[in-house]
Order: sequence, then structure tokens, then C-alpha cells
Amino acid sequence: MVPALLVEDAAKRYGRVQALDGVSLEVQPGELVGLLGPNGAGKSTLVKIACGLIRASRGRAEICGAPAGSPRARAALGYLAELFRFPGWYSADEVLRLHQRLAGSAGGADERGRLLELVGLAKARAVRVDAMSKGMQQRLGIAQALVGSPPVLLLDEPTSALDPAGRRTVRALLEELREREIGVLLNSHLLSEIELVCDRVVILSRGRVVAAGRPEDLSQPRGVEIETDEGLRLFPKALRDQAPGLVEQLVREGRQIYGVRVLATSLEEEYLEAVGGDTA
Amino acid sequence: MRAVPIIAVYALQEALRRRIFHVVLLMTAVFLVLYWLGANTAFDEVARAENGLPVDKKELTGGTLFGLSMFGTLFLGAVLAAFLTLGVVRGDAERGLLQPLVVRPVGRGALLAGRFLGAAAVCAPYVLAVYTACALITRAAGGWWPDQFVIPGAQLAAGVLMIAALGLLGSVFLSATANGIAIFMVFGAGLVAGLLGQIGEALDSETLQTVADRTSWALPFEALYQDALYRITAESRGFTGLAIQLGPFGGAQAGGAHLPLWAVAYFGITLAVTLAAFSRKDL
Repeated sequence: MVPALLVEDAAKRYGRVQALDGVSLEVQPGELVGLLGPNGAGKSTLVKIACGLIRASRGRAEICGAPAGSPRARAALGYLAELFRFPGWYSADEVLRLHQRLAGSAGGADERGRLLELVGLAKARAVRVDAMSKGMQQRLGIAQALVGSPPVLLLDEPTSALDPAGRRTVRALLEELREREIGVLLNSHLLSEIELVCDRVVILSRGRVVAAGRPEDLSQPRGVEIETDEGLRLFPKALRDQAPGLVEQLVREGRQIYGVRVLATSLEEEYLEAVGGDTA
Repeated sequence: MRAVPIIAVYALQEALRRRIFHVVLLMTAVFLVLYWLGANTAFDEVARAENGLPVDKKELTGGTLFGLSMFGTLFLGAVLAAFLTLGVVRGDAERGLLQPLVVRPVGRGALLAGRFLGAAAVCAPYVLAVYTACALITRAAGGWWPDQFVIPGAQLAAGVLMIAALGLLGSVFLSATANGIAIFMVFGAGLVAGLLGQIGEALDSETLQTVADRTSWALPFEALYQDALYRITAESRGFTGLAIQLGPFGGAQAGGAHLPLWAVAYFGITLAVTLAAFSRKDL
């Protein structure tokens, strides 16, 4: 299967600064991959290389098999930049209409209405961008990225300006995109969000991949905690598979069991360990 | 190239909805009213004055006033061209306006062409309208009409489009503010060179004329403006012609046969360099 996004050995140097140094990753159709890393780790540079906004000093990137930046790659791509703005004098509907024309989408008013509905802006169709809150503009940005139903989405901090309800809307949207076999690369600082929705996580630090895998594979076991009539009992070296045996043993000892919790490190802990002191 | 008209319409809408456009319209109205007042007063006073010199007073007054109006028109057109192009690449990229457009299946060349056409669609009609209005005011005030009307107007419009092309080129490398300053410095340098040329002509200084000539080749909008000034009184002869030619708004330097060719080539080179630089630019 042709990957939705393929990056091989991508490197980018800005003068003396090595922003990206040999990064490789893949996003398959229908897969949500989270991109994590501290400020300056190279996340936005990687996303911009994939979009064709900047040229890699080394390596290659492909969108659905087409070289990044080529017309075919851009036709298959939806992109939400970390810092973006739409002209303040456009209404939400006009922004989407412009992007429909540029993307060659024949979706018309139906598509625009559906996308605005999807991001919770159905009632803001005629509202001018400069009258919108930052959160509304960000939701409009997500709708814009979805114009033309691209098979690949690159979202750079899509929920940074959203309130909790807005974030939940975006999470539901991402789940829907997965069902529609759209490949998504999600660049975010919100670890909890990544943990909740992403199939895989790639952690960058100082321009390199320092950890990658499924969130559950990245986490380390931290024992089993059992709530008994005598209080909490912690078995720090026990694994998940050993939990039934531990419960059985406690019951044999005459303890009442009220709850069992298998403990593991959180994505946040794994992330902090992976990036070490790189918090720039 | 499918995207060129889409981007051009986008640029046109942006230009018409920007506050600066309304400011320019207001400035234009003020300019035209002042010009109308000035032209009426000048023709009246010159008609009453007795100086004993062998000049056609109507010709001298009309040619000089209309030359002044052409300078004003060029200046206002340059302001408009600069403001419509100064932030097209780096300025818009810094504000985050450019990236959502560039990632669409639109070539960077199409984007530049569209932005240039959008600016041209505002600037060229604007310059032609103000130029025509000034000519009509001059005729109404003193019964004077330029010796050539169409070509000088087209030259003024072409000069303003050249400034727009230079603004587009500067926008690839400079921030909007720096580019705006650079455009006006280039514009000012061109005008100063033109004045130097006229002084050189009056003093018969070969050095000054050479400096002016070379600057005109480097900045052909100035050469177009000078040639346009020359053409509006091209048929004036004798002392009247000399007085107009040596005045502050008389065209001392005719452009010559190669000017149109060089202007077209200059356009092409400027736009090609802009495209080459934009294609390599990281956003």
C-alpha cells in the first residue's frame, strides 16, 4: 500500500542550525500519527517539508507517492499551519469558496455547509473572519484543510486556541477521519490529546526521532495496585498478567478486594524521558 | 495557470477592501480639487500678466501644470502600487496569510502572476483615470490639451506597473515595512535622477546627463515618465518649448526608440527574477 505520507532521512539546515537531522516516518491511510517534541525540535520544519513549503537539505518526502511540493502531492494534501490567518474581510463561506477553487473541488455549497457543520461553525457562515474569536478561526482553518476531501492531512497544533469543548469536537473529527481512511499527521503539544486519539506517536528532539511507537507500547509497566479492606497494596514489579494471581492470593489470605489497577508510565513521563533535558 | 484568475480576483478584492485604497481615493479627490483650483488660478493670473517675453502663455502654463499633474499621478500610483505589493510574499508569509494558499495545487508562478495582475487591475485604471481627469481639468481651466495624449498616459501606467513589479520582487526578500521604504527610496532616486538630467541639460553638463541617463536605464519607470513629459509638449517650439523643457515638469529627455523594448524586457527580467527567488524561498 502506498503510504499517505512518507518521509525518508529528511534533514534541514538553517545556516548553522541543524533543524532536522535524518528523520524518517510513515503515515498509512487511515492512520493518525502524533508528532511530539519540545519547541525547536523540528516538528513544524518536518510538516513544512511534507507540505512543500520548505525544501529539505537532504532526504525526501512523498504524499501518496508523489514528491512533496509537486502539484499531485499538493492536490492530495490538506494543511493547517501552526500560524495562519485568513483575510479579515472574508466571511467563513468565502474562505472555503476560495479554497475550493484553488483545490479544484466541485463540492460547492453543500461541501462548504457540511464542513462548517463539522467544525461547529454552521451558524457563522456569513461571519467575517475579523469578527471571529481565535478558536472560531482555528476551526475554520480545520474546515479549510478538509476542502476537497484530501487523503492526507497535516495538522500543526490544530487545537492550540480551542477550549475543551472545541478540542472534543476536533477529537471526534479525527476519529471520523480515521474511519474515512484519511492519513493524519498531528503535531501537538497536548500529550493527553495525542494519547487519546493517535495510533502511533513519533517523538522528536533536536531534529532527531528519539522514540516512536504505539502509545501503549511506549509506556513502561509500573506494577499492580490492589485496593483491599486493609488499604492499598502495591506490587511494583508485577505485570498485568500477574494481576489475577495476586488477587487470588489475597483472597486466599482472607482479604476483601475492592479494586485492581494495572499501573504504567504515562505518555507524558515517556515523553519527558525521551527528550531528556531538551525543553527549549 | 487555472489559478491565475482566481488569485487575481482574490488580490483585486483585497486591494479594494483595504483601507489604504480608500485613503488613496480620498487623497486623489483632494489632489484633483487642488489641481482644479490651481489650474484655474494659474491660467487666470498668467493671462492677466504682462511679461513681454516671446512665449505662448497658454502653452507654457498648460504644459507646466499638466506636467505637475503627471508627477502627482505618478506619485499616487506609486503609493498604490507599493501598498498593493509590498507584503505579497514575505509580509504575507510572516502574517500566515500565504501558507494556506501556497500548499494548494497552485504553482508559485501562478500565485505571483495572479497577485501582479490583481495589483495591475487596480493601478493601471487608476492612473489612466487620474491622468484623464487632469487633462480634462486643464482643458476646462485654460483650453489647453497635450500634444500627445494616449502614449503619455500609457507610459505613466506602465511606469506604475513597473513599480508594482519592483515591489513584488522586494517582497520576496524584505519584510513589508522594509520593502515599502525600499520602494519609495527607489522611486525617489529615479525622480532625483530625472531632475539631475534636466539640470544637466540646462547647464550643458555631460556628467549630470550621463548619471541621469544611466539611472533611467536602471529604473525605466523614470525614463517612461520623462518621455511622457516630453510627449505632452512635443510640438512646442522656440522659446516656449525651451521654457517648458527646462521647467521642473518639462521633459528634457526623450526616451528614444529603444525605451519601449527596454521597458518590456525590464518587466520580463524583474518578474523572472522574482519568480526564481520565490520558487527557492522557504516559507
